[in-house]
Amino acid sequence: MEWETVIGLEIHTQLATKSKIFSGASTAYGAAPNTQACAVDLGLPGVLPVLNEEAVHKAVIFGMAIEAEISHYSVFARKNYFYPDLPKGYQISQMELPIVGPGHLDIEVDGVSKRIGITRAHLEEDAGKSLHEDFHGLTGVDLNRAGTPLLEIVSEPHMRSAKEAVAYMRKLHELVRYLDICDGNMQEGSFRCDANVSVRPKGQKEFGTRAEIKNINSFKFVEKAINHEIERQIELIETGGKVVQETRLYDSVKDETRSMRSKEEANDYRYFPDPDLLPVFISEDYKQQVKAQLPELPQAKKYRFNEQYALDDENANILTSSRQLADYFETVLKESGCEAKLCANWITGELSAALNKARLEIMESPVSHERLAGLLARISDNTISGKIAKQVFEEMWRSPATADEIIAERGLKQITDTGAIEAIIDKIIADNPGQVEQYRSGKDKVFGFFVGQVMKEMQGKANPGEVNKMLQAKLKQ
Amino acid sequence: MHNKTMTQLAHGLRSGEFSSVELTQAFLDRIKQHQELNAYITVNEDLALQEACAADIRLANGNPELLTGIPIAQKDIFCTEGVKTTCGSRMLDNFIAPYNATVVEKFNQAGAVMLGKLNMDEFAMGSSNETSHYGAVKNPWDTNTVPGGSSGGSAAAVAARLAIGATGTDTGGSIRQPAALCGITGLKPTYGRVSRYGMIAYASSLDQGGPMTRGAEDAAIMLQTMAGFDEKDSTSVDLPVPDYRAGLNNSLAGLKIGLPKEFFGEGLNSDVAVTLETAVNEYRKLGAEIREISMPNLNLAIPAYYVVAPAECSANLSRFDGVRYGYRCENPVDLTDLYTRSRGEGFGKEVKRRILMGTYALSAGYYDAYYIKAQKIRRLISEDFKNALAQVDVIMGPVTPTTAFGIGEKIGNPIEMYLSDIYTIAINLAGVPAMSIPAGFAQGKPVGLQIIGNYFAEDRLLNIAHQYQQVADWHLHIPKGFE
Repeated sequence: MEWETVIGLEIHTQLATKSKIFSGASTAYGAAPNTQACAVDLGLPGVLPVLNEEAVHKAVIFGMAIEAEISHYSVFARKNYFYPDLPKGYQISQMELPIVGPGHLDIEVDGVSKRIGITRAHLEEDAGKSLHEDFHGLTGVDLNRAGTPLLEIVSEPHMRSAKEAVAYMRKLHELVRYLDICDGNMQEGSFRCDANVSVRPKGQKEFGTRAEIKNINSFKFVEKAINHEIERQIELIETGGKVVQETRLYDSVKDETRSMRSKEEANDYRYFPDPDLLPVFISEDYKQQVKAQLPELPQAKKYRFNEQYALDDENANILTSSRQLADYFETVLKESGCEAKLCANWITGELSAALNKARLEIMESPVSHERLAGLLARISDNTISGKIAKQVFEEMWRSPATADEIIAERGLKQITDTGAIEAIIDKIIADNPGQVEQYRSGKDKVFGFFVGQVMKEMQGKANPGEVNKMLQAKLKQ
Repeated sequence: MHNKTMTQLAHGLRSGEFSSVELTQAFLDRIKQHQELNAYITVNEDLALQEACAADIRLANGNPELLTGIPIAQKDIFCTEGVKTTCGSRMLDNFIAPYNATVVEKFNQAGAVMLGKLNMDEFAMGSSNETSHYGAVKNPWDTNTVPGGSSGGSAAAVAARLAIGATGTDTGGSIRQPAALCGITGLKPTYGRVSRYGMIAYASSLDQGGPMTRGAEDAAIMLQTMAGFDEKDSTSVDLPVPDYRAGLNNSLAGLKIGLPKEFFGEGLNSDVAVTLETAVNEYRKLGAEIREISMPNLNLAIPAYYVVAPAECSANLSRFDGVRYGYRCENPVDLTDLYTRSRGEGFGKEVKRRILMGTYALSAGYYDAYYIKAQKIRRLISEDFKNALAQVDVIMGPVTPTTAFGIGEKIGNPIEMYLSDIYTIAINLAGVPAMSIPAGFAQGKPVGLQIIGNYFAEDRLLNIAHQYQQVADWHLHIPKGFE
């Protein structure tokens, strides 16, 4: 039988606010355990939550960016369950009236574009962390993370393959960083994913029974976990079994999912409106203000790059994959005065490769936009060739020197003096009569040999265009 | 000294008649003499005398406030930094709060002296002060009877002159009912008028702190310090605080008083009814106009309250899990054992009953039938008050159906106990302010008159109470043995 997969994702996005969603404690990652948990985060008797408006602002930014309905009235609710890293015994979340209502995000898989519905996005507080190692059979609790603002983004079950799920997740990841509402750091848990997966016979309308895979923290694992789960479900059904509604955990080491709890064991969270917090009212004015301040979104930017700079899809996609990279490109373009294509090729080529190798983000690039612009300007005005430029770039990566300094110091200036080139060409032709004969008898390939010899003699500094032109003329004589 | 009003004491402190240390010591001595009332859970003599000493310096060096050097006491529901804060529960028997409640902080700023922490029903759940882990409080008017609850320690302490004034909290009547049973003045402000920060939550949408004093003028002075917006409490209201003493002497001529017929029907003790009638007549003499009104939904208040309050408390009390502070059972074998035994052993019967009721009411499949329905009733009750207060300036009625009942009399029968709050609960559901003032005696025991006003009309209530206290002296009566 042919099977169809149905996937919906719930993505927990940690909002990049300075302080927590209901207290003034810092949200900075990596502090010593329990040093960033104030009385409110510890759930001491008598303390009360106070909503951080910045978290609301960021949620609204997200809502506007996915063209969602923003609820003019939303309510915080208590989700009740006991766990040691949940200090109050309930999590403050949103249930019936989330801040962000239906919206959508467009993804592209194998050149085909598809619209994925987003059901809702709601604000909630994160829990702390239970630490099971290092305590000799006991459990430690670190409440630094408790109260960190999260925006839980729930998609419609619109994805039909693990590939689509990953594309959606990547697109969302790109978007939240564009909007500057989340740092996107997946290792630190700033962007986490739960996947709801089910299968059904192709053509069937009703959904199959779904399993929820919890806490998958990388794009690679999302794809593997989903594919694994699809296989498991299909195999189960085909051997006469039945998928049960349950929560499963993905084990990236064993590459398998295993059951955490079934629906029957699931908690009754007893949601009810939190009486400590007032409803959140969002005015039309506020929404319009946020909308007006939205940055150019990835899709729009990509189209603009296509149009304005005549970039191909590949370059435009890469350059718009983050706002910082796009900004870097546009700055280099402006500062160097070079052709867009040259700038784009260098940034998506040399620079990106070097950054990837060093595991650096564009903001951390040792070669600033001014210095790269300086280098590209020298290519553009024929001071150096592209090949020499690569050497200069390598040097720039290691030292703070400008391209001009390196070119001057190492004498890399391209020779465009036709007299000097001509003398060398004459010498090469004279020294290699056999090759000259071959070329003249029609073996065009030998031409490359002459170029190579000339460049070698001139230590790569000759202007390649000039060399070509003159060689052709001389060899024809 | 202990029979003076706050204004008189403030005068005495300034004229050098006595110092705050002397005044505080006098109260500390009285507290020791009358331990049998069990009004206090914690008395911190050293701290009180230190604060008194600091107050004396402030009084001498200028810049004192009216409350500077005046000894009051805090209901043990308010967190006090460095001082044990038990909420009347075994669960918090070892809990020393690391911070001050906003209300406590405000009294500290004013230079008031804190004598100690007052006994109360466990987590403010009770109407007789018998659910306290620290034992029942006795009513100074008859030590075989209850002082009411949950602010029973506060009411008994003020009535017995073991503090000039005390704080209380009122979720369904917990300030007004004990004030009535102990013959003192108690004010439950409008919901949102006094910060709840640091006040251990029972039912967050109903809880409100307020003053408990002998007379209305003292209540005005205490409320002046307690009231105001607090950025740490999102439900506190950002409205200016009026000068509560400024209008105390305003005339009551033309005041329109409504008496809901639902308040004077079956269930109200006839002696109490007669006493209240006399008090209301006194208002007529003061120029008020009395009319009967109807508030048809009042009878729904108790059932609605016993859904809303337990629902909220079931979540509010989840933080007491034995993990971070408070009571922890011995040698838990695993997490479930830690939770079930810590909570099972740490909480008393009434608290457990309400947690269970609330958990039930919020459960899947029951939420709509209970919680949502109760919220609808709550809106109906609020409408009743809005309608009534559009016709009259204030509503008057009983605070309690009877005078103080015997210790042990109702503790075995929760429903009967719950009914003792029948006249007070609706006020919390609506969020309006209300007072209980001493209105006479029935069978030798105090009777309280309830005055209910519009939102943020505390100044008007205090004026109405104060004017009565100019022509009636019930609030000046002293229980025998506590002169």
